[in-house]
Amino acid sequence: MSDYNFAYLDEQTKRMIRRAILKGVAVPGYQVPFASREMPMPYGWGTGGVQVSSAVLTPEDTLKVIDQGADDTTNAVSIRKFFQKVADVAVTEKTEDATVIQTRHRIPERDLTEEQILVYQVPIPEPLRFLEPRETETRKMHALEEYGLMHVKLYEDISRHGAISTAYAYPVKVEDRYVMDPSPIPKFDNPKLESSALQLFGAGREQRIYAVPPYTKVASLDFDDHPFDPSKANHVCALCGAEDSYLDEVIVDDEGGRMFVCSDTAYCASRRGEAA
Amino acid sequence: MYVAVKGGERAIDNAHSWLAEERRGDVGVAELSVPQIREQLKLAVNRVMAEGSLFDPDLAALAIKQARGDLIEAIFLIRAYRTTLPRFGASNPVETGEMVCDRRISATFKDVPGGQVLGPTFDYTHRLIDFALAAEGEVPGAPEGVAQPGPVPHVTEFLQREDLIQTEPEMNDTPDDLTRQPLAFPAERPLRLQSLTRGDEGFVLSMAYSTQRGYGRNHPFVGEMRVGVVDVEMDVPELGFAIDLGEVELTECETVNQFTGSKTEPPQFTRGYGLVFGHSERKAISMALVDRALRWKELGEDNVGAPAQDEEFVLSHADNIQATGFLEHIKLPHYVDFQSELELIRKLRAEAMAATMPQAAE
Repeated sequence: MSDYNFAYLDEQTKRMIRRAILKGVAVPGYQVPFASREMPMPYGWGTGGVQVSSAVLTPEDTLKVIDQGADDTTNAVSIRKFFQKVADVAVTEKTEDATVIQTRHRIPERDLTEEQILVYQVPIPEPLRFLEPRETETRKMHALEEYGLMHVKLYEDISRHGAISTAYAYPVKVEDRYVMDPSPIPKFDNPKLESSALQLFGAGREQRIYAVPPYTKVASLDFDDHPFDPSKANHVCALCGAEDSYLDEVIVDDEGGRMFVCSDTAYCASRRGEAA
Repeated sequence: MYVAVKGGERAIDNAHSWLAEERRGDVGVAELSVPQIREQLKLAVNRVMAEGSLFDPDLAALAIKQARGDLIEAIFLIRAYRTTLPRFGASNPVETGEMVCDRRISATFKDVPGGQVLGPTFDYTHRLIDFALAAEGEVPGAPEGVAQPGPVPHVTEFLQREDLIQTEPEMNDTPDDLTRQPLAFPAERPLRLQSLTRGDEGFVLSMAYSTQRGYGRNHPFVGEMRVGVVDVEMDVPELGFAIDLGEVELTECETVNQFTGSKTEPPQFTRGYGLVFGHSERKAISMALVDRALRWKELGEDNVGAPAQDEEFVLSHADNIQATGFLEHIKLPHYVDFQSELELIRKLRAEAMAATMPQAAE
């Protein structure tokens, strides 16, 4: 596909995105506005992540793309094929072999390393958006570190339901400063936000990039008497027997029979490979 | 034994082949050509160019063909192509006063210099299905006259001479480009106009309609609406003069809005402005009404809380490519977040049931 530059975007656009990334790395958790481009896939389908990946990919990289933890979900397949076509990079399903991992809704189970970049696709980057719809207001709230509204929301959850009723996209505070939306990962994944890898978040439609540099402190919001609980289904994987991985629930018959399997397919496959 | 679902890649390839077949339809029926779409579905082509922000009738026609007539999909194709094009400069502002008009009407004056030109409009057609069109056959040519030579002055200029209409401030700064900079609020009027002209026709129409029904009413008259062709010129520094790049068809609408004055402005007429690629009257008028509604702050009007006055609301939701992408993305797998909700609901339910059980026993 010689009609397009390496990794699709032209170098000027990549430079603009890299500047936003650098600013994001310099101010962890802060949402940096960037001039998001229309991409050849729809907004809401990973255009932010694709632009970030496009800006960080080099010809030597090995790319892994997951959606819901799996490499073979349709949109992961589509995005991987896109980069194979426009960047001709090596691809892998093995977490440990990848240098750049683009993800939607999950953090891989296996610990990441300093050599890896994890790129998140973000639908709504603003953690305060559903409490305050106006961008002009939420930007002010971040600037003033005015997060009382969020704590009130969490408190009201507890008083109403006995627990915080946020199960995914659970808000975190980065390096004691910015409240950040970790994208719609299950809260089970939140502890993994403190990582050796560089984590970059791209929201294309909302024109925002933000970052969590390696070894940055990331605390899930909670209260002393209601500590954060990264719960998951109380089962083991029916395929590999893992007790420590996030599970998908699969309905297997029309009597409502169900089973639980690893959402991270690469993790599950590697465990089964080891077992065999 | 359960086997994890595989085969996304093959499914996608097959889906694409099937889609191509569906697009073609019955092969016993002649295939549509791009020139046929360009010439005979011109208003669809116009909409795709306007909302795609790219003036290229052939490309827009091709996009409509590829999108199977889904105009938002066609607009998306154009946008995704447009964003890859290098930007080698900016044209000079087009001079709509020198437009070669196919159509030019004023609803505020019975006659105006330059004349009223009804032009090719649906306005006074009776909306009766023309069954003759189902049969093939050429239409007789329309009678021809001689066009009036010379520039066609804007109707609002006559009001301006009497100082009856608010003067637009001169702006010498190059305005920001919505497609090159992230949108930030408050947005200046040039950015608002950029957003509206590429905004979804249906959205802008409904926003405009809401002002007519009383949600931020601004009493618009169509001072003038003109449709025609203008030259596009660009300064070339090496040459030292402007060269003609070609021409584009535009629809321009200027509304004259009643205004009884505010704390900062005397009683006078005010303006709303619409400018859209191609022959797109509905869109140009809608744009002018919404533009006017969004100007409440600079005119010192009250914000009555109407949706059309709320620039953050209007500008954040006018783009149909953003809207349709985000809307349709909920078709994508969400089993991980759904699973976490499932666990939460089960837990909350179990606790709620446990709490109500003893009461039930009493």
